[in-house]
Amino acid sequence: MINLVYNEMIKIVRKKRLLIIAAIIAVLVALFTYAQLKRVQSIQEQLGTTDWRAQLQQQIIDTQNRLNSSGLSEEWRKFLQIRLQQQQYYLDHDINPSAPGAPTFMRMFAENSIDLFIPLMVMVIAADLVSSEASGGTIKLLLTRPVKRWKILLSKYIAMILSVSFILLSLGALSYLISGVVFGFSGWTLPLLTGFSVHGEELDTANVHLISQWKYLLMEFGLVWFVSLVVGTLTFMLSVLMRSTAAVMGIMLAALISGAILSTMVSSWESAKYLFMVNLRLTDYVSGMAPPINGMTLGFSMTVLAVWGLAALIISFIVFTKRDVY
Amino acid sequence: MTNGNATLVVKDLRKKIGKKEIIKGLSFELKKGEVFGFLGPNGAGKTTTIRMLVGLVKPTSGQILLCGYDLHREFSKAVRQIGCIVENPELYPYLTGWENLEHFVRMVPDIPKNRIKEVVELVGLQNRIHDRVSTYSLGMRQRLGIAQALLGKPKILILDEPTNGLDPVGIREMREFIRFLAEKEGLTVLVSSHLLSEIQLMCDRVAIMAKGEIIRIDTVEYLLAEQERVIWKVEPLEKAKALLEEETVIIGEEDGTLITHYDAEKVSLWNEKLVKAGIKVSEIHTKLPTLEDLFIELTEGETID
Repeated sequence: MINLVYNEMIKIVRKKRLLIIAAIIAVLVALFTYAQLKRVQSIQEQLGTTDWRAQLQQQIIDTQNRLNSSGLSEEWRKFLQIRLQQQQYYLDHDINPSAPGAPTFMRMFAENSIDLFIPLMVMVIAADLVSSEASGGTIKLLLTRPVKRWKILLSKYIAMILSVSFILLSLGALSYLISGVVFGFSGWTLPLLTGFSVHGEELDTANVHLISQWKYLLMEFGLVWFVSLVVGTLTFMLSVLMRSTAAVMGIMLAALISGAILSTMVSSWESAKYLFMVNLRLTDYVSGMAPPINGMTLGFSMTVLAVWGLAALIISFIVFTKRDVY
Repeated sequence: MTNGNATLVVKDLRKKIGKKEIIKGLSFELKKGEVFGFLGPNGAGKTTTIRMLVGLVKPTSGQILLCGYDLHREFSKAVRQIGCIVENPELYPYLTGWENLEHFVRMVPDIPKNRIKEVVELVGLQNRIHDRVSTYSLGMRQRLGIAQALLGKPKILILDEPTNGLDPVGIREMREFIRFLAEKEGLTVLVSSHLLSEIQLMCDRVAIMAKGEIIRIDTVEYLLAEQERVIWKVEPLEKAKALLEEETVIIGEEDGTLITHYDAEKVSLWNEKLVKAGIKVSEIHTKLPTLEDLFIELTEGETID
C-alpha cells in the first residue's frame, strides 16, 4: 500500500501541481499582505492615531451609522447588529482583535479563503486524480496489475489527503513567513475571544472565553482541513465518475461559486442549509459571525459536510470497483 | 478438452450490455508457446473479449482461467500471469521511460529491481530510457509498452493491435520479437489485429470473430489449405462457365479466368469436359488463398448491426 501511495505522490509531484499551488499561494499572500498594510496605514492617517482603542471605537461608530441608514436589507441589518455587539465586547474587555502580526494575518487569511480559495486549490489537485488516468488511457495499465481495484483507489485517496495537508501546511507557512516580514512574527499568545453563539438577533456571550491565538489558529486550521477534505472528496468522486478533468473542474467551480452567492441570499430558503456549499464557512462559527440561515451551528454544518463527503466516498468506491473500463 | 498445456482457457464467455448480447458464448484454449491470432471486423467483439481476458470488463457469465487461476475468484494471482497492452500503450508522458517501469514494478511485490534493466535491453530502449515519454516516437512507446508487459515475467502475453502505428521495419521487428518470445521463451501470445497479412505471418492458430461469436478456429495452414482454389484460363469464357457450373460452384471471375474450389479427383475430369466441348484451356493452376480472401468469405463482408 505504501508503494501505491508513493506512486500516486510521484505522479502528483511530477505534474508540478503542488509547486504551482504553492506559487499561487505565495503570490496571493504577498498581495494581501500589501493590501492589509495599506489599509492599516490609511486608517491610521484618517484617525491620526495608532491607538487601537480609538480605531475600534471609530469602527463601532461607523457600524452604528450604517445601521441607522434606511434601505438596509434584513439580513444585513442583523449581521451588523451582531458585529456591533462583538466589537463592543472586545472594547469593554480591552482586547485588540486585529493586533498586527503574522499570526493575526494567518488567521484572517484562513478565515477569508476557507469557502473559495482553499477549495479551489484542493480542486486543482483532486480533479484529475482519476479522470486523467481514464482520459490518458493509463487506467488500463493500472487496473491490469495484480492489485485489487479498491486498493488502487484508496492509494489515490490517501495521496489526495496528503496533498491537501501539504497545501494547508504551505498556506500556513507561506502566510506566516511572507506577512511576518511586514507585520513582525510575534502575536502567538495574543488572547482572542471565542464561544460566541447567535440566537435570532441576539449575540449570546454566555460561553465566551479567552484563548491564546495559537490555539485559536490550530482550531481554525483544523476546520479548514476538514472543509478541504470534504471538498477534495467531492471532487474525487466527480473525477471517478467523469473522464474529462475540465468537466470535473467546471462542476466543482459552479458549486463553490453558487455557494458563495447563495450564502448571502438564502436566509429565507431554509432547506438550503442541507447543501454542502453554504456550509463551508466553518471558521465563522468560531469567530462568532451570523450564519447564512437561522439555526445553523458548527455541529450542524460539520454533520452536513461529513454526510456529503461520506456519500461521495462510498459512491466513488462502488463505481470504481464495479465499472467496466473501455 | 482441457489439457495440461493449456495456459489460457475460456469457457462460454458472454457479455451483455443492456439487453444486447455483444459476446455470445466464446470458448477456446491457448497452449504454451503458441501465437494465437484474433481476427474480426470492427465491432465483432475482439476488444471487448480482450478486455474481459485482462479483467477490465466483467463478463456477464462464463469462466476465464489464466494458468489455472480463475480470473474472477483469484484476480491477483490470475492477473499476475499476464502481461498486456490494450490498444495503444498509453504511459505517463511526464515521467521518463525508466520511471514508468519503476512505477509498475512497485505495484507487483515480487519483481526484482534489476528486471527493469533486463526488459529495457530486451526491447532495445537503453539509449532513450531516461528521457521523458512525451519525447518518444510511437514506435518507442510501443517498445516501452512491451517492456512494461514483460516486467512480471508473464506466462501469457496479450497484445491488442501490436503493430498499430509502426513503420514496415518496426512491424517486422515486432513480428520477429513475438515469434522469439513464443518459441524461445515459451510464452503464450494472444494477438488481435485487423491486418490479416500480419496475423498470417505471425500466428500458429487463428480465431475468426464476427458478431460476437467465433465462427472459425484453426491453424493458419489448415484454414488456408481447405480453401485451395483452382484458376482456369479458358476461352470462350461464357461457354466454359456454363459447363463448369454443371459440375461445381464458380466462386470467382477475374480478367479472363474462372475460379473454382479445388477437388483433387475431379479437376482432370472437368478439364476433359471442357476440352471435349471445344474450349481452349490455356492454363490451370491452383492457388492458396490469402487469409484476407478467407476472412471476407467467412464473414461475408460483415456489417455491424
